[in-house]
Parts: sequence; C-alpha cells; structure tokens
Amino acid sequence: MNFYKRTVSDYVFSILNGILMIFLAVITLYPFLYVLFASLSDPVEFMTYKGILLRPLSITWESYKSVLNNPNILTGYRNTLFIVVVGTAINVVLTSMGAYFLSRKGPLLKKPIMLLILLTMFINGGMIPNYLLVQQMGMYNSLWSLIWPGAISTYNMVIMRTAFQSIPDSLEESARIDGANDWVILFKLILPLSLPTMAVIGLYYAVGHWNSWFKANLYLADRKLFPLQLILRNIVVNSEVDDMTVGIGTGQSYAMSFTIKYATVIVATVPILLVYPFIQKYFVKGVMIGSLKE
Amino acid sequence: MKTGNRVKRVKEKKQKITLSLIWKDLKRYKWLYLCFALPVVLWYAIFHYIPLYGIQIAFRDYKLTKGIWGSPFVGFENFLKFFQSIYFGRLIQNTLKISLLSLVIGFPVPIIFALLLNEVRNKPFQRTIQTITYLPHFISTVVICGLLVNFSAKDGLFNIIMEFFGHQRSDLLMSNAAFLPIYLASNVWTSFGWDSIIYFSALAGVDQEQYEAAYVDGAGRFKRMLHITLPGIMPVIVIQLILKIGGLMSVGSEKILLLYSPITYETADVISTFVYRKGMLDYDYSYSTAVELFNSVINIALLVMANKLSRKVNETSLW
Repeated sequence: MNFYKRTVSDYVFSILNGILMIFLAVITLYPFLYVLFASLSDPVEFMTYKGILLRPLSITWESYKSVLNNPNILTGYRNTLFIVVVGTAINVVLTSMGAYFLSRKGPLLKKPIMLLILLTMFINGGMIPNYLLVQQMGMYNSLWSLIWPGAISTYNMVIMRTAFQSIPDSLEESARIDGANDWVILFKLILPLSLPTMAVIGLYYAVGHWNSWFKANLYLADRKLFPLQLILRNIVVNSEVDDMTVGIGTGQSYAMSFTIKYATVIVATVPILLVYPFIQKYFVKGVMIGSLKE
Repeated sequence: MKTGNRVKRVKEKKQKITLSLIWKDLKRYKWLYLCFALPVVLWYAIFHYIPLYGIQIAFRDYKLTKGIWGSPFVGFENFLKFFQSIYFGRLIQNTLKISLLSLVIGFPVPIIFALLLNEVRNKPFQRTIQTITYLPHFISTVVICGLLVNFSAKDGLFNIIMEFFGHQRSDLLMSNAAFLPIYLASNVWTSFGWDSIIYFSALAGVDQEQYEAAYVDGAGRFKRMLHITLPGIMPVIVIQLILKIGGLMSVGSEKILLLYSPITYETADVISTFVYRKGMLDYDYSYSTAVELFNSVINIALLVMANKLSRKVNETSLW
C-alpha cells in the first residue's frame, strides 16, 4: 500500500467510494430497522404517520403481546424447531456417510455411483412426481415430508467430499494399522479434522430448514403442523390477522393489523439475526470451498 | 499391508473390469458398501430416481384412481396442449423477460460492488460493510416478500417515499407496470452482497506485482482496475455467467407465488408458477409435469450450450 503515491483524485475516489458503501449499508439495513420501529410503535399513531420512521412512535408492546398470544406462532415455532434439529441431524449424518464413501480411493463402484449422484444435480423429477412420491410413502401431512425428501444436498456432499479428500492418506493408513475400521476412521479421525467444513454444512442445512416454506405449503394440510414460515406467510403476506385482533375495537384492530404484521416478522426473524454475526464467517468460508473447481 | 493393497489397487484400475472383479471388490469393501454406500444410494434411488421414473405421467393422462401404469398413454398430447395454449406465448415471454432482466441488472452489480469494496483501504470498515450487505441472504423469502407486500400497499413505505417525490399513492403490487421493477430491485437487494463474495475472494488472488508494474508504467487507479483486476477475475466471472445462462429459462416460483395475483399474471406469471397452479391448484398432474419437463429440457440444453461456448472462447468450463 505504501508503494503507491496517493494523488488528489485518489482521495476524491476514496471518499466517494466510502459514501457509496455507507449508502449501500443503509439501504440494506433500513428496511429491518423500519420493521423494528413499526412493530414497537403505537398502532394508531403509526397508521396516521406519514413519513420515514427514524424511531418508534411512542413505544408500546401491545403488538408483541398479540403475536405471542397467538397459538399458531407457538406451534409454528415448535414445528420449525423440530424440523431444524431433527432435519439437520439427519442431513449431516447422511451427507457425511455419502461423502466418506465418495472420498475413498479403493472401491470400484465409486465412480459409477458418483456419476449417478451428480446426474441428479441436472435433472430431477419435478414438483408433481415428487408430490406423488411423498403421498405414496405416507408422508403427506407429516413433518417427515419436510425432512426426508431433502435429506441430502448433492452440492453439500461434494463440498464435504473435497474436505475429506484433503486429509492426508498417511493418517488414515496408520489408523488402519492400529486396527481402526471405517466407523472409527470417520468419527475419530476425519470428522474432527474437518470440523470447520462440517459446521458450514450443518449451518447451511439448518438455515435452509428455518427459512423454507414451499415444501410445507405442498406437503402439509393440517394447520397444527405448519412451520413458522408458513404461519408467517398467512399473517404477513396473506394478511390473516383477524384471530389476533379479537376483542379489540374495529378501528383499533385495523390499525393494529399493521403493527402486528411487523411484530410477527421480528419474532420470526430474531433467532436468525441473533446468530447471524457469529455464523456469517462460516458461511463465507462455505462459499469459498464450494467455488473451488476440482 | 494396507500400503501393499493400495499399490495393487492402482494396478487393478488399468485392468478390464469384469464381473468377478466387481464381486471381489464388493467382498473386500463389504462394510464400506453396506454401511456407507447403501443407505445413500437407496436414498438417491427413492428420492431422485423414483420421481424421475414418475416423469412418465407427462406422457399419460394421469388419473389418481388408476395409478401411473393404469393411466392411458397419450404421447405428446400434453406438450401439444401447452404449445397451443393461449398462455404459451405469454409464459415464455414473461419467463425470458424476467430472467434476462435479472441477468442484465443483477449480474454486473456484485462484480462492481466487489471491485469497489476491494478499493476500500480501511479493513474494519470493509468488514462491516460485508457483514451488513450479506445479511439479506439469510432472511427468508417469506419475510422479504411480506415486507415487499406491506411496503407496496397504499399506506406502505414505498408509497410514502413515492408520495414525497410527487407520485400518486397506489397499490404497487397490483400494477403490471410496477411489479417487475419491485421484483427485480428486491432480487438485487437480497443478493448483491452475498454474490460478491466469490468475486471478492478471487480478487485476493490477483498478482500484486502486476499492479506495481502497471503503476510504474503510469496506470491510474481506474486503469489498473480495468486492465488488471477485471481480467484477473475473468475466469470466475465466466463460470458464474455460464451458470446463469444455464438457468435462463428457469425463474424460481417461490418469490413470485408470494407476490403476484391474478391481476399481475400478465407480467408475473412464469413457467414455474404456471406449473404450480396447474398441478397443485387444478390437479392437472400430467399437464403440469409435461410443462415442467419441457422447461427442464430447455434448461439442460442451455447449460450444455453455454458450457461449450465458454470452452471455445475462454478455455474455462464447468466440466
């Protein structure tokens, strides 16, 4: 950096560039701040306010009370938690099993199996054949329909396989001499050594489960089974807020329908926002691993 | 002993693969195949290959009561029905329009952003901007569309801003003219930061000596960016472009399903949303599958073509 002499135009460029970057950051963050401010605002005041919010309009927790008293939100949270925990566990186990097999050098059938697996990245049955399969397997209207059909992401498995392959053969060979079998090698040697990659993949799966709604929309009929995102869609996108404004006067309830929606968004997004600063760097790492061409 | 095996294995690779060889291989790696390969292969067979097999309902008149095999075979009838449908032209046009515009607008933004971010000398500031701009990638589609729906409503944030600039308030998502700009801009908003990661990391690999040489030759900051940085990350750009071109005829349904309404079908209805409506709302399984199959065949053809093209032009390719 000291190599270059800085000219006036350099400084002008730096300043303009910095302003642009700050502008982009503001544009990215403001919608979330707006939602936060709106959710904390007094409903009637918020409805009649005509301007950009820079702070909540007289803070009130009314909207949050309605949201947290909505039983759908609670069941949604419970269902999503189940899907995230159980789903991610199954994802990680199956993916690492496949990645372990595909990272072996010996087996003759590895290549044809690899080919059949990679092929599925380019062609797939499509919505209806998948839907019929879920129905025939008796998973329709069950949370398992959100777990099994997506249990392995081929892309993630290939990333994991690359990580497994980068572990020196000599380590594995000395373990074999000590009498270790495949399970011991996977769990005691390979998994601990590729922990960062495992964390990335696990997080990919977990956030994917947390955010997904479309499969639930296809495969679930019973409201009691709906994950959070589907409940959220009904409330925020389709404006089904009636059951949360019961017992509130008509004018007031109309006003509250706005702030309630924003409060719901916050309630459903806070967990992601809380972990985001910590997991962000792992995700970025994941992009780098994934972009390496073999 | 195992090292010895490995040497033998390398030799085996050159031998012709015979049934007895496979049998020997299966016996030698019995546990590996049974415990590791089998569950995964089974999973792929069930959740990928059975649906692939189920694609044949595109060539049948599928009736729930008769099952796949019992339903009468109708050949390309479902495809012809689609080609002759009054929606065919509109769907192709909308799909191409949305994806082409997404490509033209959305593709350069992360590249330019990465280039400019790379010019920021203050590292903590740079990292802060990165952390903030990656954030929307982690927010669910439902939340983002929920915000768009509410911001676009008559009392929403977008209208408040529009009014400030002297526009009349209106329900923006109910207008065919406003739908596309909202859809495209929000796509760029959610993805430009995240998509820049790959370019940003490629920038780190550009040879520093080249910069210094160019500087000595009198190249300014902008010229260095144009003649050294950009060519330096060109292979990455080409790979990303191939991937994008391969998906030119596929516009995801999730976001549009959350944002559109019958009023905006005229501009917003694309092949994937049509597939969803025909299949899940009208229960026309065979027709829906035929339309989707037609779409994926085109996508594969596009991907293969783009890959060939880039191999010729750039000697960079996906496979």
